[in-house]
Amino acid sequence: MKGAPIVVVVGAGPAGVAAARRLAEAGLRPIVLDSGPEPGGRIWRNTGSGAQGLPRLPGHDPERGRHERARFVEWRERIAFYPETTVIDVTRGRLWALASSGEVDSTPWDRLIVATGALDRVVPVPGWTLPGVVTLGGAQTALKTRGCAVGRRIAFFGTGPLLYLAAAQHLAAGVEVAVVGDTSRLRDAVAAAPDLLADPARLRLGLRCLRMLRRAGVPVLRGVRGARIEGRKTVEAIVLERRRAFWRFSCDAVATGFGLVPQTQILDLLDVPFTLEETSGLWLPLLDRAGRTSIPGVYAAGDGARPLGAEAAAMAGERAALALLEDEGSRIDAGRVAQLETTLARHERFARALARAFPHPRVLEAEIADETVVCRCENVTAGDLRRAVRELDARDVSEAKAFTRCGMGRCQGRLCGLSAARILAAIRNVRLAEAGRLRSQAPVLPMPVAARRVPAEDAA
Amino acid sequence: MSGRLATEVAIVGGGLVGCSAALHFAHRKVPCVLLEAGRCGSQASGVNFGGVRRQGRALAELPLAERARRMWSRMDRLVGHDCEFRPTGHLRLARDEREMAELERWAKEAARFGIAVELSGAAALRARWPWLGAGLAGGSFCPDDGQANPRLACPLFRRAAAAAGAEIREGERVHAIERGPRGFVLGTEKGLEIEARVLVNAAGAWGSAIAALLGDELPSEAIAPNMAVSEPLPFRIEPGLGTAGPGVYLRQLPSGSVIFGGGRGVVDLARMRCRPLLESTLATLAQVCAIVPELARALVIRSWAGIEGKTPDDLPVIGASAKVRDLWHAFGFSGHGFMLAPAVGAVIVELVLDGHSPTSLKGLEPVRFAEPVPAPG
Repeated sequence: MKGAPIVVVVGAGPAGVAAARRLAEAGLRPIVLDSGPEPGGRIWRNTGSGAQGLPRLPGHDPERGRHERARFVEWRERIAFYPETTVIDVTRGRLWALASSGEVDSTPWDRLIVATGALDRVVPVPGWTLPGVVTLGGAQTALKTRGCAVGRRIAFFGTGPLLYLAAAQHLAAGVEVAVVGDTSRLRDAVAAAPDLLADPARLRLGLRCLRMLRRAGVPVLRGVRGARIEGRKTVEAIVLERRRAFWRFSCDAVATGFGLVPQTQILDLLDVPFTLEETSGLWLPLLDRAGRTSIPGVYAAGDGARPLGAEAAAMAGERAALALLEDEGSRIDAGRVAQLETTLARHERFARALARAFPHPRVLEAEIADETVVCRCENVTAGDLRRAVRELDARDVSEAKAFTRCGMGRCQGRLCGLSAARILAAIRNVRLAEAGRLRSQAPVLPMPVAARRVPAEDAA
Repeated sequence: MSGRLATEVAIVGGGLVGCSAALHFAHRKVPCVLLEAGRCGSQASGVNFGGVRRQGRALAELPLAERARRMWSRMDRLVGHDCEFRPTGHLRLARDEREMAELERWAKEAARFGIAVELSGAAALRARWPWLGAGLAGGSFCPDDGQANPRLACPLFRRAAAAAGAEIREGERVHAIERGPRGFVLGTEKGLEIEARVLVNAAGAWGSAIAALLGDELPSEAIAPNMAVSEPLPFRIEPGLGTAGPGVYLRQLPSGSVIFGGGRGVVDLARMRCRPLLESTLATLAQVCAIVPELARALVIRSWAGIEGKTPDDLPVIGASAKVRDLWHAFGFSGHGFMLAPAVGAVIVELVLDGHSPTSLKGLEPVRFAEPVPAPG
């Protein structure tokens, strides 16, 4: 007789936690793996003692994080939670994870919920590899968990709601904000305004951040067409181009980000089909409304599948868990399903409005200057990529990677892959989809050479 | 693409062997069409370890390896780029006395082919390469061996071949071959028909299947050598390294990354796909830590595999088909063909056009797999 299915949830952020809780409620004992020391992910992580003296930051609710983590702990008995455990490879039916001890263990799985979250999206500009340039998320994390800022006078450059939120949070923490440079135009935001009402709370938060910045006299430049970060050894200034005029702001750090990139390596290793979202240029896994992929037993939820934010992630996690339970033959609460899907649809509407308000700066990306480094791990410039097209006829990012090493370094193209595709598509004069995407290869995250295999107990 | 083409030579397989053959036919002004099912160099030719070594090879391969080694030194002139070939030397390591005896045996036999190696015992080995781990019995250093970049070599050969006049057709998978009045008629899945007097089978892991379309049975299986690479490290491992027995091989790239190879990945021949196997990677890493202990602190950032054909005796099948006239085989390199491939293309062209080559293929020819002729009576 078949026992209870082995259900694994990868990631204990909002989506993973919500999924695990719903599965535990139904009596399945999910295995939850997360690379962090505690559940909660980036958004609900423990703010730590370093952040205790901080004033209240806009949009940051440490109480909520504490509450969510506590709720998770209540379920501890019915959830097998493995903190500091990083999934490094997966095949259909088996998954390998690295513990902080350096040991690699594997587990079979029958059903898998992938809730791996997202990273900041970066667009290379001259000087972006200087020490002192960090992602918006990196700057936020330093502030929220350690109570320290990445600089004394920080310039914020990019686009998206996080740009304003991170700047306002730093302002509230007493950090000087040199400038907020946004590549989107005011009229993009105005056009999207009616749809932004789909989530009044987040819209209010955004407007509040903007007001804080204005009141503090922070210059907010919209419609930025180009940027250059200057400095000899570390960041000294950022130069922003708008309406053919150049604005120079001295600063000792730059926080940059252009929305989020879902971390889809695990889905990719499982051969889940992906599709290009033309507006954002992101490759997203194909999912049904409930979060099922076309691979039997594989589900995806949260920002790792669709970057909709933490609240939506929790709902998507729960929705995926319900789908899993349904696929296991359980009866599920149709009312709850309808409620979740209605709210998720609203979040999706809001996300589409955000994408219109803060469109990805395609031209800035396609026209990256030849001498600008695109792949910082392997020091590959935009010119190297264009040469690979002209001289070796690189037809897509995979070939460009083979010829130039772009995306072969430590980050495995997480940072540069999308920009490389845009540069390639532009110079070949083809659609972005034809430039393809870099495929994921194990290990999902860097793994020590000294990693040791513990003998599998269930060795087949 | 559908349509019909007539040519003198058809080459099946756009790996390094096929691309080199196309280049050499083009140099001799012989019309040729190369058919590649995917993209040139997308399997083992493009993603192999990148070793350019003669050391440790079966003796039957040495004449070919010698010739190939000379070609690697002048890649610039052949394909307009050095393919990042560097004569860094190759150090073959013995982990015990039995392996040391193998190094000594090989050194003696290779000397007959004019290949000189430097043998070291345990103490001398660590004195010269202090970053090697304790517990090695000795080593054999071949100073003129080296390494090159496989990701560049195949596209460069393809480009040079096309520039010299060869016709390269990618995305054309051959699924039918028949004998016609003027040689062979090849059909691809997309409906292209190629008529050719001569056929070169350089189809790698698919080589046996291509041969079988003409009733020529040659044994080989598909394997996927498993490799991984570290983040860049300042530490400099000059020579390429390998173990004498089955084990691991590694080399450090100019970028600082270290590539490790050993064990096998998983092959899906029908879909032309393969993937590395984490268990193989971990087993390799455990051995790497013993050979170069300092590497233990490094991080592995990627692993991969590429599909390759392996014959029962681990030697390639190169030369005229024993059964079919004007059919020439060059496949089944069993995981060590990258270094040989440029010379294989040159030799095949000599055999096809001149009927003989200065480079001996003794022991590699297809005839060794031909069924024994029943004794009369």
